[in-house]
Amino acid sequence: MPPLAMTDSVNRAGQPPAPQPPAAIRFDAVKISFSLPKGGVYDAVAATDLSLAEHEFVAIVGPTGCGKSTLLNAAAGLLKPAAGAVYAFGRPLNALNRDAGYLFQQDALMPWKTAIENVAIGLEVAGTPKREAQERARAWLAKVGLLPFAERYPHMLSGGQRKRVGLAQVLIRDPRVILMDEPFGPLDAQTRLIMGDLLLQLWSADRTAVLFVTHDLEEAIALADRVIIMSAGPAARIIGDYPISLPRPRDMAEIKLTAEFHDLHRAIWSVLKAEVLKGYAQSEHSSAEQAGA
Amino acid sequence: MNRFALIAAQLSIAIIAIVFWQVASTTTLFGDPQKISFFFSTPLAVVKQIVAWFIEGSIWYHLWITFSEAILSFVIGALAAIVIGFWFARQPRLAAVFDPYIKGANALPRVVLAPIFTLWFGLGIWSKVALGFTLVFFIVFFNVYQGVREVGGSVLANARMLGMNERQLLRHVYLPSALSWVFSSLHTSVGFAVVGAVVGEYLGSAGGLGYLIQQAEGVFDVAGVFAGMFVLAAFVILIDWLVTVIERRLLIWRPGPGEAGK
Repeated sequence: MPPLAMTDSVNRAGQPPAPQPPAAIRFDAVKISFSLPKGGVYDAVAATDLSLAEHEFVAIVGPTGCGKSTLLNAAAGLLKPAAGAVYAFGRPLNALNRDAGYLFQQDALMPWKTAIENVAIGLEVAGTPKREAQERARAWLAKVGLLPFAERYPHMLSGGQRKRVGLAQVLIRDPRVILMDEPFGPLDAQTRLIMGDLLLQLWSADRTAVLFVTHDLEEAIALADRVIIMSAGPAARIIGDYPISLPRPRDMAEIKLTAEFHDLHRAIWSVLKAEVLKGYAQSEHSSAEQAGA
Repeated sequence: MNRFALIAAQLSIAIIAIVFWQVASTTTLFGDPQKISFFFSTPLAVVKQIVAWFIEGSIWYHLWITFSEAILSFVIGALAAIVIGFWFARQPRLAAVFDPYIKGANALPRVVLAPIFTLWFGLGIWSKVALGFTLVFFIVFFNVYQGVREVGGSVLANARMLGMNERQLLRHVYLPSALSWVFSSLHTSVGFAVVGAVVGEYLGSAGGLGYLIQQAEGVFDVAGVFAGMFVLAAFVILIDWLVTVIERRLLIWRPGPGEAGK
């Protein structure tokens, strides 16, 4: 693996020492580009190394449009990197990542299925008998506190409730790694706290590896074991990697009041702030260009 | 407006129209009643004609013929459109090749085909089914095509991440999405199936509501023409109500107007 010029804290992770168990997800010099409709290529993510150990909760934070979600799509196998490779549990990823569960930012429930049907479908398509799948789906709906809403269709649920169904839909399949793309982005602040607590509570049961993308630094610190900071696009790259040693179990609201949290937040924000401003400047620049064109 | 007031208002429109019609065609208030009743008949004569049809029972035969023609052309047209719409939506290259032909065929006024269908399929019900088919097919086809192609990107990606293979995607994602489009166009497509049946009968047949109206016109039986039109209108309202009931059952998962994106 070619050594990359990054902040020295980054090199703590990424290098695979042979005897350790393979990482749940490992990005090896992954570069992601899109061809533009008018011709030319847009580099979303520059060569990036990152590894997510088993049982590790990693949050990726960066300004809007920095390519965080594209990294996640590469880890899911929905997107092929332009260069480099993604490894899932040591194996190179060439197709869809079958070990992964993916919680999308947008509403991704099937609107023609009830809550319980949406949760059970992942088991059913894998060959679980319908009745058993329904029973396990019922148990999962209870876990996310939605048992009374089992027979409702997605449009009859609130945004937070739909996210809960989505969470159950992903977790019921017992994925070995969970990918989350700003899952609580569209929710209001209070619901986000509650969803964060629910996620931590469910996660603490088996501590599956989680790659969590968010633009909310506080959320990232409160949830994760490690916070990765990405630079503003284009050609976004990792510019910071901070271990979060706050004790678990954590409470989303409580932890934000502790001194350790504040110290971490201050240290990471000083790095992130510059990138956010850079991101704004770029988007203003490009919109000015468009206005001129 | 509550339900009762609404029905009362709806009924009062009919009553006003009928009273006006009756007054105009039997009194000298608006001109020569004999002339008016020759062109417009009188409500009483129309009602007498309708009652006579129902009493002697001949109307049931004609209703049944029109009904079966409409249903057959709807079912056959919709099934063919679903299969071909799916096929085209999943094979963009095939769709691109056939695109000008589909558009061209859809632009053709279907009435001109009626004589050819009579030539091919005879005067029986099948020439009318063929005409209705050409009307229903394109409506359903375009809706299925749209429905398959408009499946949300995140719903599709999510379904794939949940481990669905192509066949399961078809069953759990593409088909429900396409059918929702078909169902939401059900009023239009069923309406066109009835139009196809009646127009076909009108242009040449031995039975059905279109035949009844055409026969009455042939002998300047204006009361018969109006009676036929009223029976046809009632028939269409009944079918439309039936479609609404079916639609409500099938599209239960859809947000109603005004409650979307809660």
